[in-house]
Amino acid sequence: MKRTGQKVVDMRNITKKFGAFTANDNITLTVYKGEVHALLGENGAGKSTMMNILYGLYSATSGEIYIKEKKCNIESPNDAIANGIGMVHQHFMLVKPFTVMQNIILGMEPRTKFGTIDLKKAEQDVISISEKYGLIVDPHAKIQDITVGMEQRVEILKALYRGAEILILDEPTAVLTPQEITELMQILKNLTSEGKTIILISHKLKEIKEAADYCTIIRRGKQIDTVKVSDVTESELASKMVGREVSFKVDKKPKIPGETMLKIEALEVLDNREIITVNKLSLEVKAGEILGIAGIDGNGQSEFVEALTGLRKVKSGKIFMKGKDITNKTPREIFDHKISSIPEDRQKYGLVLDFNVAENFILENHADEPFAKSGILQHSRIFQHSENLIEKFDVRPKNSFKSARSLSGGNQQKVIIAREVTNDPELLIAVQPTRGLDVGAIEYVHSALVHQRDINKAVLLISLELDEVMNVADRIAVIYEGKIVDIFDAQNADMNQIGLMMAGGKS
Amino acid sequence: MKNLLKKFLKQFSNNVLLFTLISILLGLFIGAIVLLAAGFNPILAYSTIITGIFGKWKYISYTIIRATPLILTGLSITFAFRTGLFNIGAEGQYIVGSIGAAAAGYFFHLPMFIHIPIIILSALIAAGLWGGLAGFLKAKFGVHEVISTIMLNWIALYLQNLLVYTEGFQKPGGETSYDIQPTGIITLLNEWKLSEAGRAWFADHPILFDLFKTPVNFGFIIAIIVALVVWFTLRHTTLGYKLRAVGFNKNAAEYGGINVNKNMIISMSIAGGLAGLAGAVQVMGVSHNISLLAAMEGYGFDGIAVSLIGNNTAGGCVFAGLLFGALKYGGQKIQPAIGAPSEIVNIVIGTIVFFIAIPKLISLLIKIFRKKDNRNVR
Ligand SMILES: Nc1ncnc2c1ncn2[C@@H]1O[C@H](COP(=O)(O)OP(=O)(O)OP(=O)(O)O)[C@@H](O)[C@H]1O
Ligand SMILES: [Mg+2]
Repeated sequence: MKRTGQKVVDMRNITKKFGAFTANDNITLTVYKGEVHALLGENGAGKSTMMNILYGLYSATSGEIYIKEKKCNIESPNDAIANGIGMVHQHFMLVKPFTVMQNIILGMEPRTKFGTIDLKKAEQDVISISEKYGLIVDPHAKIQDITVGMEQRVEILKALYRGAEILILDEPTAVLTPQEITELMQILKNLTSEGKTIILISHKLKEIKEAADYCTIIRRGKQIDTVKVSDVTESELASKMVGREVSFKVDKKPKIPGETMLKIEALEVLDNREIITVNKLSLEVKAGEILGIAGIDGNGQSEFVEALTGLRKVKSGKIFMKGKDITNKTPREIFDHKISSIPEDRQKYGLVLDFNVAENFILENHADEPFAKSGILQHSRIFQHSENLIEKFDVRPKNSFKSARSLSGGNQQKVIIAREVTNDPELLIAVQPTRGLDVGAIEYVHSALVHQRDINKAVLLISLELDEVMNVADRIAVIYEGKIVDIFDAQNADMNQIGLMMAGGKS
Repeated sequence: MKNLLKKFLKQFSNNVLLFTLISILLGLFIGAIVLLAAGFNPILAYSTIITGIFGKWKYISYTIIRATPLILTGLSITFAFRTGLFNIGAEGQYIVGSIGAAAAGYFFHLPMFIHIPIIILSALIAAGLWGGLAGFLKAKFGVHEVISTIMLNWIALYLQNLLVYTEGFQKPGGETSYDIQPTGIITLLNEWKLSEAGRAWFADHPILFDLFKTPVNFGFIIAIIVALVVWFTLRHTTLGYKLRAVGFNKNAAEYGGINVNKNMIISMSIAGGLAGLAGAVQVMGVSHNISLLAAMEGYGFDGIAVSLIGNNTAGGCVFAGLLFGALKYGGQKIQPAIGAPSEIVNIVIGTIVFFIAIPKLISLLIKIFRKKDNRNVR
């Protein structure tokens, strides 16, 4: 395979060790100018690590980096930026109380001749970049008030504002809606046609097929192959990545749902800006069914779930679990009604990152037997429990004492899912449960959800990915502007029609 | 038990220890530069400090006496910090604790084995409520604990001054309260060592005499026990688990069903109690009364530095408290001996804290020495 042009990024024989653990084992990544180069690998394969090295966040244990065919010593993100490298992280790094614009210009503020920040110019610049690439944002909104999808746009803008020529995107589409993904693909094309180079980390084979020119596959820290994307099929890519055949279809037997578990009546919830975001929403979830809520980000899903789990006050309306009123109860009380949930933001709500894996497994149960006896933690039982779950849910690396912070994104998610499913809930609420997971792990999560349903538990699945909802759910409710606009049986649901309704079209 | 002790010591013996040691050395080094610049011989000054700490048994025992309240206030700050709270109020809680101890010590007439626990308990309760109040204000009204505890510090100070001048509590003619009853005193051999028999016995045992000349007391043992309890609580109890979860990530803790507000109040109460215990130990072991305060005594504020140097761990606080006590006590001696200002020691301590507070600088230094690093960013 011959490629031409300038090698803008050439990482040679990169090895990175964390203590005894090798995250990258002698990987060579060569990226030519103007191409979209995908980095594909399972959760924990070492993709983010590799890119963090390129971006100067980690230093490689051994190996060399050449940028535009010159040897570079990238010791910090500043060095990376100076070399024209920009990165959008898997987990965003924005200053929450600042506005979108402040975040974008942070550290590179344009100055007036008096030395103050030239707010006019800043705003113009931001708006012009955002329009140029179709990344629409409200420059004056605070980060803490915007959705995850918006946050990502801000991150991309930030890198572009810094004049990045090489853009690293770590799982950029994980949080986007299908429409936004299409837009992003267009943006990537615009960027490359202007001579920018993109390194794209993704698990989504479809996207790689669609957007990438070349693809480097890593498995457990080792480089498996670098291929020209047009030469391979999706399933070839998948099996290279996982090392076995994977099935994309969810295996599901028909099932007749039982009694109503969750019943929501005319629920109204306000968002942080006191605007009604969940608007007279009514819904029922039965035992033995998966109800999927399909919708575009920002249509009240987050607020809805926060109200369900007790994190946000309900303005009006009622929530019943098995006939008992649980409106405005505390998270603990709701948990005691046998409701578990997999939160949308795993690092903010799902995990205590500075706790180790074993400690994270007992977040809700730490005071219960057998993990505690008369107020004393039983560390050996906690450890045992953790080892069991790690084994059962294939958390990597298999180490109970690793801090949750040091796990890869996908493995962090596995920890949460393991914990919540093990609580044996009557109702499992799963919000974006496969965000950022590789195909192998997605297969696992989906079958875990289906298993809950098969043992006659209720499952409420909220996802921005229509594919996922269509595949997994028994019934599909479409949410738009805080209302359920319609509910379909999954069997006779029409993807196009649902997509239209998600965007506010009439049925 | 032995196993527990081993683990207890282990928590302080990793990379952090290296950081701390480097910071201490840098502190001493910069202190030396300052001494040099002021025209004093740093080697002479430091050897004066070292002999001032270890030169006599008496000195060692004074060092320990100095360290005891610092260990306890350090633990107080550590405890709150692990729950994500910054307890600037250890100073005021210390004062309230000593008021509680002095009052219970003077007004109650009880046999020793009940009296001492009662004194400790009343200090714990008084200071616990004092600290808990700040926690309550935060939980209920969102008042930041730094603000409320600073104000509570001043209220505590004036409260003590008011009480010291209250008839029935004030020692006639003095600016102190009445001494606590002898049954409340934990100074070792307090009376016996002044009696005929005691003096005769000590004449034959000069080392012990030297050691016991000072108000050496049970306080240090109490501090060690409390450090173990704090460590055990944080590591091995469900309460500690909750508090740490809240400290690390409030959102996840709440999501997991932990009552964040309640745990903040609990944490501040316990932190208050620990600082109050420092006050009680000081009253029972050293001063035996409370006196008019012209200014804050600084045990609470020094506790912040102790906690920081001890890396916010219980074991670390014991060592840092001893280090701090030693420097403070030994440091006084350079003034009379070589005429150098003893404030130099404060510079040294300040520098140590400074370097610990900017670990990036030290990690840079370490990096220069061994060219590999594993920063914990992702
Ligand atoms: N700072 C660290 N300390 C210790 N181990 C780490 C650290 N950062 C990453 N690792 C380990 O290195 C491995 C690779 O992690 P990395 O984040 O690169 O995975 P990834 O391929 O990006 O996975 P994902 O798709 O889940 O994000 C993981 O096993 C992870 O636990
Ligand atoms: Mg990653």
